[in-house]
Amino acid sequence: MHEATTTTLTEALSAGGAAVREGTSADAVHGRVPRLVATPPDTAAASALLAAAHRHGLASIARGNGTALAWGAPPLRCDLLVDTTALTGIEHAAGDLVVRAGAGTPLADLRDHLARAGQRLTLDPPVPGGTVGGAVATGLSGPRRMLHGPLRDLIIGMTVVRADGVAASSGGRVVKNVAGYDLGKLHTGALGTLGLITSVTFRLHPVPPALRLVSAQAPDAAVLQEWTARALRSAAVPAAVELRWPAEGPPRLQVLLEGARGGIDARAAEVAALLDAPHTAEALPPDWGAPPGGARDTLLKVTAPVSASALAARTVREAARALGTSADVGGSAGAGVLYAALPADADPEAVAGVVARARAALAEAGGTLTVARTAPHLADPALDLGLDRWGPVGGLALMRAVKDRFDPHRLLSPGRGPGGM
Amino acid sequence: MPEPLHALLPRLRAVCGDDGVITDTARRRTYESDGITYHAALPGVVVLPTSTAQVAAVVSLCAEHGVPFVPRGAGTGLSAGALPHTEGVLIVTSRMRSILEIDVANERAVVQPGVANLDITRAAAPHGYYYAPDPSSQQVCSVGGNIAENSGGAHCLKYGFTVNHVLGLEVVTPAGEVVRLGGKAADAPGYDLLGAFIGSEGTLGIATEVTVRLLRAPQKVRTLLAAFPTMDAGGAAVSAIIAAGVLPAAVEMMDALSIEAAEAAVACGYPAGAGAVLIVELDGPAADVDAQFEEVAALCRAEGAFEIRTASDAAERARIWKGRKSAFAAVGRISPAYIVQDGVVPRTSLPEVLRRIAELSAESGIRVANVFHAGDGNLHPLVLFDDAEPGAAERAAEVSGAILDLCIEHGGSITGEHGVGVDKACHMPEMFSPADLETMDLFRGAFDPAGIANPEKLLPTPRLCGERPGVRKGVHPLVERGAAEQF
Repeated sequence: MHEATTTTLTEALSAGGAAVREGTSADAVHGRVPRLVATPPDTAAASALLAAAHRHGLASIARGNGTALAWGAPPLRCDLLVDTTALTGIEHAAGDLVVRAGAGTPLADLRDHLARAGQRLTLDPPVPGGTVGGAVATGLSGPRRMLHGPLRDLIIGMTVVRADGVAASSGGRVVKNVAGYDLGKLHTGALGTLGLITSVTFRLHPVPPALRLVSAQAPDAAVLQEWTARALRSAAVPAAVELRWPAEGPPRLQVLLEGARGGIDARAAEVAALLDAPHTAEALPPDWGAPPGGARDTLLKVTAPVSASALAARTVREAARALGTSADVGGSAGAGVLYAALPADADPEAVAGVVARARAALAEAGGTLTVARTAPHLADPALDLGLDRWGPVGGLALMRAVKDRFDPHRLLSPGRGPGGM
Repeated sequence: MPEPLHALLPRLRAVCGDDGVITDTARRRTYESDGITYHAALPGVVVLPTSTAQVAAVVSLCAEHGVPFVPRGAGTGLSAGALPHTEGVLIVTSRMRSILEIDVANERAVVQPGVANLDITRAAAPHGYYYAPDPSSQQVCSVGGNIAENSGGAHCLKYGFTVNHVLGLEVVTPAGEVVRLGGKAADAPGYDLLGAFIGSEGTLGIATEVTVRLLRAPQKVRTLLAAFPTMDAGGAAVSAIIAAGVLPAAVEMMDALSIEAAEAAVACGYPAGAGAVLIVELDGPAADVDAQFEEVAALCRAEGAFEIRTASDAAERARIWKGRKSAFAAVGRISPAYIVQDGVVPRTSLPEVLRRIAELSAESGIRVANVFHAGDGNLHPLVLFDDAEPGAAERAAEVSGAILDLCIEHGGSITGEHGVGVDKACHMPEMFSPADLETMDLFRGAFDPAGIANPEKLLPTPRLCGERPGVRKGVHPLVERGAAEQF
């Protein structure tokens, strides 16, 4: 079956309604050009498409707007690129603060749609221009996760097409629901390795009437850590406590407050009193929630218990300096989830060294480090750079068992899952 | 006792000690059901482990011999999720009750699974923190049970469920292996098995250590009770509050029949002649709470509230909550038997669904008292009947089932917080397609290929279906002992 001609495959893949064409270099994922690209118009067509791909043993990778395609390890195979951008549609139940959106819906469209009703999906997309499905598959959560929870906490239902083409839903359309396993949790952040997400239902929040961003420059990590603790302890209930620590220069802490107009200035003053030389703004900066560094930089995800989050930023910076490179760090000090960017042209051995050294130091403080995205020259799967993207993964044997059940033939984003599954 | 179990006894005793293994029939009988007494089964053997190592050793023995096991916490569950297996081992966590750590700097607590929900808040309160999920049985229900059921509570409208507050678990898998999922830090690498484990009703293993998030106690809490002439008016007020962009900590509603019952039982003194009462609680920064409180009160008046009472301290707040918290038990006192239902509808469908429930009640002659979490559309209709009257139980069960059908018809759920267990396993196909259920079963099989972890719960099996939903008589035994309040 692997010798099937492109014509035969195209016919088989398009039988369920997907538009199918040959892949080009513009479709490459980490340099791998897919043989075919298919665009299913709905879940039924996506189901037929993956069933056909399964019959022909084709390895598939899903792509939304492609803004985070460099996230995750290079795929081991990429025969079929599933373009999700036709899986659109927004069903907004404003009175229920719930929305269902097709996976290919651009986040910007969703945001505009919800804003008309004074509502929002409380996800500050860290990568602009993405789709609903892409954001969920990469599991990216922005600054407000500190108060409102990570992206997975906002998902109340999901429809996914399995590797064998079977479409299955879990959760539902109501916020409060404990019927059955919450499989949406599994797919959030799984980089498409357990199924193709076709639609997602989210819980929404009203847009608060007012916001203030109180920020200040800290002299060092210890002060940054102390300020983080003060902000978390304060009764002002910040929505986000962000850290920005560029490769050169001192760190800054940003504390976001949201709520009623009447109380916002008092709350901002309360937080400002906890910091030195604070600055209070009434709008968010343009780079709010964006990961540090440039789009081609290697990006590390760093987690730590909240009492050690600023110190974790320092740990990564010191590891980078020790290996002759530098790290630009930013993220949620309040939630203990940060990203560190290493320059796109950093030496591969230095990158592997920073990862190993920082990971070991973070582990002692109860933290973790994983490689979220590699610079292009590190992304060739044929190169063995000694880079361990995952490090120790708790429960990896169970994760393998889940993968074995959902995708026994390793046809979905092979190599991009935990531990290189 | 079945032979495989009998052979296991000496080894179970070697693990848990003689006093940690219960074989005596009378003592086993005390574990025959959880909060739903209609479902009862005598456990083959009961073990009371004191440590993760003991739980792992017991489960390993079960795995080795192909013996089913059922985890049980405090036994307050309302879906018969802890219904014992007659040929299996009931693993009770009641001797694993230590709070291992209150880590204020990291806003975390680490506890054993048998710790009562409210004890975390009691331990954290001196530091100015609390544990948010507050199921009504929180004085006695165990954290391990909360994880199995993904428990909510009155305040989950704003603060979410157990899954939103658990950062780490130590789990004994159905193979008897000890695995750590997550920890004090967020976003553990790899698939979110932690998130999927919470709410899995004991079918994926047993949580033996739990790391939870502690929240800073709010600066201010204000509670309001509004009386409306009709349920429709009360419902309209809820819609108006949500539409105004206010997110209260809790929004609870009771109808005339449940008010009457609560009045008879605890003399809660709710306004006379109310067709509905609404309880709204706001918490957060003082300035926000005060501003929103005035807004909520104005919205209630605009929708026809004829009396509004406010509480600003804990004692006044307790008075307002008294009637609401006693409603289940109170209904038990005005009716010889009742079924407690747990279903969810989109909040905007509440008025129509409540009208349909009233019609069902009128057609069948079966009284239904409505007590519910209005903010998130979670209904808890209490279907009242006299079990001495021939056929009444069957008619009540029909009404109760028809209410679930209504929930599904309106795009809701068959359970908002009580879980599926045995009680609703046969309703799962009404909400999920065969492909959905098969996919869930695939996931279950990844953890438990041998099918020994709490078998015949959560997913429908041919043997199960056809049984009636659980019928409760009188008040819950825990309520009777004064050990719990119910929602």
